[in-house]
Amino acid sequence: MIELTVNGIKRQVDVVPEMPLLWVLRDELGITSAKYGCGIAQCGACTVQIDGMAVRSCQARIGDIASKSVVTLEGLEKKDQHPVLQAWIEHQVPQCGYCQTGQIMQAISLLELIPQPTDEQINEVMSGNLCRCGTYPRIRAAIHAAAGKMAEK
Amino acid sequence: MGEMQRLSRRAFVIGSAAFAGGIAFGSYSDAKEAAASAGANPLSAGLGPNSASFNPWVEISPDKITLIAQHADIGQGVGSVQPILIAEEMDLDPGQFEVRFAGPSPAYFNTGFADEFAPFLAADQSPAAEAARAAVLENLRKSGLQMTGGSSTIPDTYEKLRVAGAVARETLKAAAAKRSGVAVAELRTKSGHVILPDGSKIAYVALAADAAKIAPVLDVKPRDPSTWRMIGKPMTRLDIRPKVMGELKFGIDMKMDGMLYASVKLNPGKGQPLKSYDARKAQSMPGVKKVLEIKNGVAVVATNSWYAMQAVAAVECEWAPSAYPAEQADHWKVLEASFKPEFLGKEWRKIGDVETGLKSGTLVEAEYRAPYLAHAPLEPLNGIGIVTDAGMEIWVGHQSPQFVQSTAAAAIGLKPEQVTFHNQWTGGSFGHRLEYENVRVLAEIANQMRGTPIKLVFSREEDFIQDIPRQISVARHRGSVDKGKIVAADLQLASTAPLKGLLERSGIPSKDPDAQLASGLWNVYYDIPNFRATTYEAQGLSPCTTWRSVGASTAGFFTESFIDELLHAAGVDPMKGRIEMCAVPTYRKLLETLAEMSDWKGPLGNGKGRGVAFVEAFGTPTAEVVEVTATDRGIRIDKVWVAVDVGKVVDPVNFENQVQGGVIWGLGHAINCEITYAKGGAQQTNYNHHEAMRIYQCPVIEVRGLENDPKVRGVGEPPVPPAAPALANAIFAATGKRIREMPFNKFIDFV
Repeated sequence: MIELTVNGIKRQVDVVPEMPLLWVLRDELGITSAKYGCGIAQCGACTVQIDGMAVRSCQARIGDIASKSVVTLEGLEKKDQHPVLQAWIEHQVPQCGYCQTGQIMQAISLLELIPQPTDEQINEVMSGNLCRCGTYPRIRAAIHAAAGKMAEK
Repeated sequence: MGEMQRLSRRAFVIGSAAFAGGIAFGSYSDAKEAAASAGANPLSAGLGPNSASFNPWVEISPDKITLIAQHADIGQGVGSVQPILIAEEMDLDPGQFEVRFAGPSPAYFNTGFADEFAPFLAADQSPAAEAARAAVLENLRKSGLQMTGGSSTIPDTYEKLRVAGAVARETLKAAAAKRSGVAVAELRTKSGHVILPDGSKIAYVALAADAAKIAPVLDVKPRDPSTWRMIGKPMTRLDIRPKVMGELKFGIDMKMDGMLYASVKLNPGKGQPLKSYDARKAQSMPGVKKVLEIKNGVAVVATNSWYAMQAVAAVECEWAPSAYPAEQADHWKVLEASFKPEFLGKEWRKIGDVETGLKSGTLVEAEYRAPYLAHAPLEPLNGIGIVTDAGMEIWVGHQSPQFVQSTAAAAIGLKPEQVTFHNQWTGGSFGHRLEYENVRVLAEIANQMRGTPIKLVFSREEDFIQDIPRQISVARHRGSVDKGKIVAADLQLASTAPLKGLLERSGIPSKDPDAQLASGLWNVYYDIPNFRATTYEAQGLSPCTTWRSVGASTAGFFTESFIDELLHAAGVDPMKGRIEMCAVPTYRKLLETLAEMSDWKGPLGNGKGRGVAFVEAFGTPTAEVVEVTATDRGIRIDKVWVAVDVGKVVDPVNFENQVQGGVIWGLGHAINCEITYAKGGAQQTNYNHHEAMRIYQCPVIEVRGLENDPKVRGVGEPPVPPAAPALANAIFAATGKRIREMPFNKFIDFV
């Protein structure tokens, strides 16, 4: 049994230590906001936070993160009022929406590091998150809007 | 494209054999037709007590209102706009109804294919053209073909769903009149209620039982557009919030009690059999329940998806060789050798005397190439299936419900009607979910695991390897210019046939030339006195299928690059030249709008360049200007302007998102993507090999929707084709370098 904390709740899973966190979340714990897109850290759809840092959960071996705290989009604090999620809704970013939970988790991490990012800084941090539908103009706009909302608070 | 009518008749045979019945009403007909086929409402059978359904799109029970989305949502927003069209007429507000995807039924035949399948140019509104479209529509009605694709959702549903909503509203009013004794004319509706003259209200759901007892009121007219609350105005797509909140369940997120997980390894030489395999290593890997042999590969069933993927990767397989050339170079050779009479698809259009025209003035000749491409939506192929003695139940996101039934049934010896299909929200498609690789193998696996629900997930690598790619194509164009004008254009291409392949795999093969290869080739609206458009169909290459914008994704690049070359040779500004040559007034207005939006004033200098391209695809004319800068590190795309004429912009925010996404799709794949074959298999197996556009390369994209076209058009695909030629033309303007082959990064660097 491997123990980990997901969204503030202690969970136990009976899997091999090599198993990626992504698949533990999805198939063992039924937490599906982290998506499988590529499995090799090329798309960012599986992005979650581990101890506050945005990571690709397809690359995090469960054996290495036992005892660490995992937060997925489901577990964000005050999710309904979260400025990044609000901006994402206001700008109607998603098309198919499959990459967007990963985009949002990456954007939250970006704004924690750089509260008022420039377009260049957005490009640098967000380029690991692929969107096949092409919502990039809206992602950019939503990040700026979220930065504005967070500055007001 | 007259052969498409024959295709429709062929589809009709399939359709009528499999499904009896017709359609309630379509956009060319009057709602009264519904009376003739009232028994054909597929919702009737599943209605609970005291529930009413007035047509195949509206269901009201004492608890809730459910609106049916017949077109599959593949990210393009139709899971929202379809119910909104109904809700507009029913006076429902978002939040007052649930949305459910339609099951398979001929009642949901797609009227939106009528224009594309009729053998006339989109801009041709002559009585002959309209009569041909009406004939195709009648064949579509008889066929009952329910399919999402061809940018047809809005053309199909724009009238039909508003009529469906109006029928529901008027029937509810009739029920309220009967109950209250107030004349219908005295009643109005608002926000899910019938309002009586005294101001009292009856909720629609409270009228369900009464409404079920009366015949639907079919003598209705949709409302005047001036009264619309939602259509044409900025609105929030219904799926935005659940997607942002991570609450929307895609097909891959579904779970069932007692479910096991499967993954597959299939012959990379698409469609060919497995010769032998060694599963000894896989058998003993963690979580493995079973290793199964299936038609052209192996499957592992395990206790989670990751265990299944790991184990199936460890199965050693020996494959029969591919039926197409093993090496990519030979694919190109086949194409090059296909410009011969025996491979003729069709001479689609001939104006004037091309050979004589080519002899006058300056001759321009050019060869262009476009590679195979993968669809690679971010959600890989998946599905859940359970097979019992009664049949199969399948949960999968797909664009062709009836063909899911027939494909799954054929794979395991069932009748199509024994397969129950539940459509799912999907993480993109771009044409991928019109094919059947996941459906067929899921049926086989579930059949070998009878009684156990099986969730199949393709690994990303397997998704790439088994993708039926975009067509590969070579064009050989010739033209001449004289005294500042284009005198002749002889456009020829050789290509694999995407639509023909799809139809064959769908069980309705066609021997007719593939009309999609003419898209972007024959529908050229410039006044060129000597013009010819001819397609050749290469044989024996990789199977191919429809990829966002299909034929126009390659032919549009060839044609609009070549027009640019001709205008350059003629010494004419590429924007002014196109505007002056444009023979269709509304299309000319589109180009003039684009010139105004981009403030086009000719060459920019200082390493900057602009290119323009104009393509009509699926009836929607789209023109784009791309601006680039040639920097020390390569080409940087600075800005794109797009003008699209769809007749009516139904959902303006989503419209802009779709258009921007289409441009990004077109640009990204043109810059850096191709699928090549080695040893019979695709060499690109993940996004690091087939990247397309990431945010750092994404320009500002300014969009304008025009409403001059006499018909309401779709927008999912049409913004794709002009992007690549506009970019190539911009690179030429900035650098003097003419790129005639995709992907462009083989010839020039990009920032």
